[in-house]
Amino acid sequence: MQIAGLGHTICAPMRDKVRIGYGQGFWGDSILGPIRLIREGPLDYLALDYLAEVTMSIMQKLRSRNPKAGFASDFVTLLGRVLPEVHQKGIKVIANAGGVNPSACLDAVLELARKQGIKGLKVGIIDGDDILSRIPALLASGHPLANMDDGRALSAVQDRLLSANVYIGAFAVAECLRQGAQIVIGGRLTDPALVAGPMIHEFGWQPTDFDKLAAGTIAGHIAECGAQCTGGNFTGWRDVKDFVRIGYPIIEGSEDGTFVVTKHEGTGGLINRETVISQLLYEMGDPRRYLGPDCTADFTSAKIEAVGKDRVQLSGIKGGAPTDTYKVSLSYQNGFKTTGQLTVSGPDAVAKAKLCADIVWGRLALDGCTFTENEKLVEIVGAGVCHEGIVKPCDPPEVVLRLSVKCNDEARVDRFGMEVVPLVTSGPPGVTGFAGGRPKATDIVGYWPALLNKHQVQTRVRVEVT
Amino acid sequence: MAKVKLASFAFARSGDKGDGSNVGIFVKNAADYELLKKVLTVDAVKRHFHGICKGEITRYEAPNMLALNFLLRDSLGGGGSESLKTDAQGKTHGLALLEMEVER
Repeated sequence: MQIAGLGHTICAPMRDKVRIGYGQGFWGDSILGPIRLIREGPLDYLALDYLAEVTMSIMQKLRSRNPKAGFASDFVTLLGRVLPEVHQKGIKVIANAGGVNPSACLDAVLELARKQGIKGLKVGIIDGDDILSRIPALLASGHPLANMDDGRALSAVQDRLLSANVYIGAFAVAECLRQGAQIVIGGRLTDPALVAGPMIHEFGWQPTDFDKLAAGTIAGHIAECGAQCTGGNFTGWRDVKDFVRIGYPIIEGSEDGTFVVTKHEGTGGLINRETVISQLLYEMGDPRRYLGPDCTADFTSAKIEAVGKDRVQLSGIKGGAPTDTYKVSLSYQNGFKTTGQLTVSGPDAVAKAKLCADIVWGRLALDGCTFTENEKLVEIVGAGVCHEGIVKPCDPPEVVLRLSVKCNDEARVDRFGMEVVPLVTSGPPGVTGFAGGRPKATDIVGYWPALLNKHQVQTRVRVEVT
Repeated sequence: MAKVKLASFAFARSGDKGDGSNVGIFVKNAADYELLKKVLTVDAVKRHFHGICKGEITRYEAPNMLALNFLLRDSLGGGGSESLKTDAQGKTHGLALLEMEVER
């Protein structure tokens, strides 16, 4: 990791243990997660993830309409509720809330702090991840940014690109902390970097400490979906107590890379070997070779032990050198889609729902509007849609008919949207539950993963004070 | 030996990986792990997911977690925001695997 103008300096460990809470697993996660992490027990750092592939394209659109937009405004809303407490307790906040406009996010946070009369708050930003404007130059200089999944050349979608962001690692976070920031705002930082960054900063880990960096990465992976490691989405859900007050995860990290996954005492949820292993396996590819910007991590090297109530320790983690490329996430406009839903009551709910679908396609065809098999989907929710081919056919007392289409022609998608509601009065009996007006065409955002040589990326850190 | 659902002794989690999903499944003791490795062949998982997975399946082992991880390619009807499916991210595929019945 190159940090322009600033080498990563060796610093002595500042403390034995560091407590890093993860309060936001995605843009739209509950605001109670971070608020309760701050209020219900001790915490050194608060990590917050606001980004997903689709999020970046939405933010680029917002910024194109308003140069002061394009970041996760939810982050500023959260700080509006907790900033005095965060500042007074000295909790450091690391968030990738900057989206495609970290400097606008910085301005919004500084303005909020000044409004709240908070003096001496240091807020830092990391940028350099957004390479959308550099794409023509990169292609011209021999960086193909070919699709990692199917090898296609970027020229196939270049005129439709919406966003292009490099996944930045943990050393940029550590550098921002070294420069004194209490609030660190990044763009497309990897989710695990929000946890590994503070560990690097606190323990003085070096870029070649691959085992420790792998431990920090795995700690971040466990925590990065918030409550998904503390009992959320757990298939042993009957053992989980008090979902209402579910505690968000806290990583207690040590200098040697050993860490404990825990949560504040008295909160709901559950942390045991099974809830932690569940999350270790989430979105996993080859568990022996998890690729990140700072290291590769071997998930099979971890020793996983329950060491107390709601406390699971991971130790012995092994890692290796990272590759010489960064992963790049690009998105592009890839047509339009929409979905309409109606409730169909019994008797004969499934048969009537199937008839309803046929009526819609038939009426559209009468008006010259057709969709290929790949462009349409009929789902009879309640009759085994999620586990198709696995659950036995059944005749539930009612179902939800879910009709969807996609294609490159926005007008055709909107024409479909006009033909769903009329079923209530012109189809079989017992069709109800329509809400929200006509389904309208929305953009399909295509995802284009690619690789880029690390020498092409320079991250920059800037810290401002109120 | 009796026929039981994997759900009676195993745990699972799933999510999206491009246009496919991953399903991680694990158990709590070594004997069950041996059973899991024996019954959950790539072919058996492919048959189980015939209505969902249209592509290749890859299996990985993680013995420290007593876990197997399966990559199910082409199982989301396009993946990400291109999918029209209600479960566009394969969130329910873990529970789908736990529905499988095995002799135990």
